[in-house]
Amino acid sequence: MLLAQVIVGGLLLGAIYALFSSGLTLIWGMMNFINFAHGEFVMLGMYVALLVVVWLGGGPATFGFAAAFALFVLGVIVYASLIRHVMRGPMLAQILSTFGLALLLRYTAFWIFSANFVSLPQVSLSGTLNVGGILMPVPQLVAGVAAIALTLGLHLLLTRTTVGSQLLAVAEDRNAAMLMGIRPDRMQALAWGLAAGSAGIAGALMAVSYPWSPSVGETFGLTAFVVVTLGGFGSVPGAMYAGLIIGLIQALSAYWLGPIYKDIVVYALFAALLWLRPQGLMGKA
Amino acid sequence: MTELRVSHLKVHYGDLIGVSDVSLRVEAGSIVALLGSNGSGKTTTLNAIAGLVQPSGGSIEWRGETITRQPAYAIVAKGLALSPEGWRLFVSQTVEQNLRLGAAVLADKSRMAALFERVYAMFPRLTERRHQLAGTLSGGERQMLALGRALMSEPRLLMLDEPSLGLAPGVVEALYETLDRLHKEGLTLLLAEQSIPLALDIADYAYVLQTGRTVLEGKGADLEKNEQVQEIYLGIATQPGAGDTPRPT
Repeated sequence: MLLAQVIVGGLLLGAIYALFSSGLTLIWGMMNFINFAHGEFVMLGMYVALLVVVWLGGGPATFGFAAAFALFVLGVIVYASLIRHVMRGPMLAQILSTFGLALLLRYTAFWIFSANFVSLPQVSLSGTLNVGGILMPVPQLVAGVAAIALTLGLHLLLTRTTVGSQLLAVAEDRNAAMLMGIRPDRMQALAWGLAAGSAGIAGALMAVSYPWSPSVGETFGLTAFVVVTLGGFGSVPGAMYAGLIIGLIQALSAYWLGPIYKDIVVYALFAALLWLRPQGLMGKA
Repeated sequence: MTELRVSHLKVHYGDLIGVSDVSLRVEAGSIVALLGSNGSGKTTTLNAIAGLVQPSGGSIEWRGETITRQPAYAIVAKGLALSPEGWRLFVSQTVEQNLRLGAAVLADKSRMAALFERVYAMFPRLTERRHQLAGTLSGGERQMLALGRALMSEPRLLMLDEPSLGLAPGVVEALYETLDRLHKEGLTLLLAEQSIPLALDIADYAYVLQTGRTVLEGKGADLEKNEQVQEIYLGIATQPGAGDTPRPT
């Protein structure tokens, strides 16, 4: 029974990994651009949730949407002020620009919020659900289910709507998309908004259950890279499965080997996968 | 009335010259052919008109307005559409999504249903394959989709870059019948082709490009009989070496 509970817990956390990783994979798929500041977007989402709860009150829906909206706006600003200019530069400029952005965001957070760990004050979500003997804390359950729903929502937005089709058209053939009257810079700004927004809401969902400090962005950024590589760069469904798998592996290795080994196991399996299947689970060879 | 006027167009790709001096005019309701061998500058000319490449000299006027150096998405919104060389379909999306993308520029979205109906009536094959990925279509079907996608923006003038390239002869004939019908419905066409006979049959007027310059122009029927055209296109040299292209200076 304990094992079942570990599995459920791993999947619920993995669902959040899936959500913020889908933003990273979207940017890669759209623009062949790696965003090293993606983990910092998650971290900022957590602080937005904190500020909203402290200043305005309100439940998870309120601070979740606030984090999504604030980070969406930040994503668009980052695209318009930084990415648009370095996009056509050499690969090194792209890498250094988002790496620099990550440092800027992280240390700004240190400056404003200090390095102390914080957590959300008791919010309306609490209690534990007992499903056939498996105990599930309500906050994690709500966050995990919401994260899966949002990841699926992002996937449906891309594959089933006109604006999603236009986004993918720009990704596939920028010039041909322009001949259709589509403005690539608008679509790319939208992609950055969606990517940062999904990272922000993922942060807010995690803030419900876990304490954090400004340095968590680094961990989440790394996790997102593992998830995106495992799922295949550019694939949102791939990121979803991979997020769940990583969450599960972490939970099981923490259970069987002890919490300090969970990351070692993840990265060891990750290295093995890169060796055997460098294109990821759902990536194209 | 002159719809499109290109004067002394010049395009550079870095140090390379795409076209050095191209001038042409397209009258409302006409079919104009842009002829020339591979590398003569047809694609560069059409891409410059459509706004995909920036001219380094000359001017492009569309219905009295100078559109030189405007971005492609602004130009298609004015009713001047290009169906590019090699069709450039969005192969990872469905036939219907490709058509919908073609209508991205429509100001009045309520026209969409009527436009879909028109394209599907014109190409029943596309109706059957509407939910199939564009990448799974045959060459002929891809040409239909490219043409249908371009028509979804309701252009006044449609530029087609080598529409018959890589198609079976029967399919090319069907394509030209469709173009003829579209023309009769009022569409103005600017057609870049390497294979002349069909293009000259359908064209009211034609320009011949050679190494980035307009070297010859005239009524379609006149050019058909012209010896120089025969040389340039069909490679029939009247004397040894006459069909060779001169070096750009």
